[in-house]
Amino acid sequence: MQIITAKGLTKNYNSLRAVDNIDFEIIKGECFGFLGPNGAGKTTVMRMLYCFAAPTSGEIKVFGMDVTKHPSTIKSRIGVMPQDDNLDLELTVLENLITYARYFDIPKAQSVKIATELIEYAGLTEKINVSIKDLSGGMKRSLLLARALINNPELLILDEPTTGLDPHSRHNVWEKLNGLKSNNTTLILTTHYMEEAEKLCDRVAIMDSGRVITIDSPANLINIHGGNLEDVYLKLTGRRLGE
Amino acid sequence: MIGCRYKIRGTRYGIMNIRRAFRVWQRHFTVYTKLYKSSIVLNFVEPILYLLALGVGLGAFIKDINGVPYINFIAPGIIASSSMFAATYECTYGTYVRMTFQKTFDGILATPVNIDDLIAGELIWAATKSMFYGTIIIIALSVFRLVDSPLVMLIIPVLFISGLIFAELSMIYTAVVPGIDSFNYYYTLIMTPMFLFSGIFFPLDTFPPAISCIASFTPLFHLTNICRAFTWGNVSHVAGDIVWLIGMLIVLVPLPFILMRKRIMK
Repeated sequence: MQIITAKGLTKNYNSLRAVDNIDFEIIKGECFGFLGPNGAGKTTVMRMLYCFAAPTSGEIKVFGMDVTKHPSTIKSRIGVMPQDDNLDLELTVLENLITYARYFDIPKAQSVKIATELIEYAGLTEKINVSIKDLSGGMKRSLLLARALINNPELLILDEPTTGLDPHSRHNVWEKLNGLKSNNTTLILTTHYMEEAEKLCDRVAIMDSGRVITIDSPANLINIHGGNLEDVYLKLTGRRLGE
Repeated sequence: MIGCRYKIRGTRYGIMNIRRAFRVWQRHFTVYTKLYKSSIVLNFVEPILYLLALGVGLGAFIKDINGVPYINFIAPGIIASSSMFAATYECTYGTYVRMTFQKTFDGILATPVNIDDLIAGELIWAATKSMFYGTIIIIALSVFRLVDSPLVMLIIPVLFISGLIFAELSMIYTAVVPGIDSFNYYYTLIMTPMFLFSGIFFPLDTFPPAISCIASFTPLFHLTNICRAFTWGNVSHVAGDIVWLIGMLIVLVPLPFILMRKRIMK
């Protein structure tokens, strides 16, 4: 069953075409990756997915609903882990999650219970009453992931979930995402780490200059084009992912 | 293409939901409860300094204006100006920092809260703060025995309305500024002249009619009139000023929403 369908999706910023007439479908329960360098259009696709930017043309449906017509209903069923840390700096770990739960109309008693569980899941129980300013980068990422799960989302959108993390924290996040996958949560992530895509994604869309060049499983791509995902990328786009 | 985009905007962001706006208000309130201890004294000191320096210092030379002792003349205007600065600060620097550096807006907009709910929440929070800061000054003036009438309490709901207006004006500016430095222009070219030429410190009839005419278009002028009327208990002319404020509130209301949608929902 498709959870997302995009047809002829295009997004212009003034004269710049950030996303250029792309089609894709995402199936319930899979982990789908958008792979590409900075400026390929990944973040713009994500922004349209969670109703943050309206398509210039084409359409995108999430849970069968048009993102431009039912943003609140769609957003109540998804979780977003942003690329930038946007936790409330003045609040403690627990207060951050309770404040976030309010946006979803989760009643106070229930939100305290869910938040406490999620903080434990994030490995931050000892930091529960600590201000955000006193958390390390890895802890903040874990908390952002926990926050994205506050509404028990069917679909989790992760924009470069491990960028800037040390290897240990990165594996930590991967482990959690694998856990969510086996829990039948649909995951969509953007990344420019090949290893991340290979480890987590059932299918990847390789993006370059606003276009989707191909969509397939990492294993198929490697079978067809040879080498590893890095080589596949180089072959398809003529450049390395890190560039 | 433009027509199509406009239509998308209309269907997508058009419905503000007051409960979701309140969620934003709650967030700001929670954060404020953490910070008020360090900020409240500062916000309280400046208006009292104006009152003492001008009311007592300058007042020793001026004696009275139209039969009113000078400190009593300026006191109600201090209620008006401190509530104005509270709302303005909140929707200029406050909103701008949340929108850009802290990316608070990105976090909120990833939830069922939509852009119009968010902007409404920002405006209502700024108006709440405006009302709160004005109320503190009312209490201080009562302690200094500068209040003549219990009608002074009626200023409090008016401060919410004027707070919304100052928030709207600030939000309109915040929606179009290229960077945080641009707020200097807003304060120097709009707020300071309004503060000085809205009849708080002297009656405007000594100026050419053009000046008092411009002043009568500012919300601070009308708010100062209202504060005087209720503080002194002389309310015969207050209705016109209140109607004027409500009118301005309504006329301005679409602009912060339209401009912020344009800025944020790219």
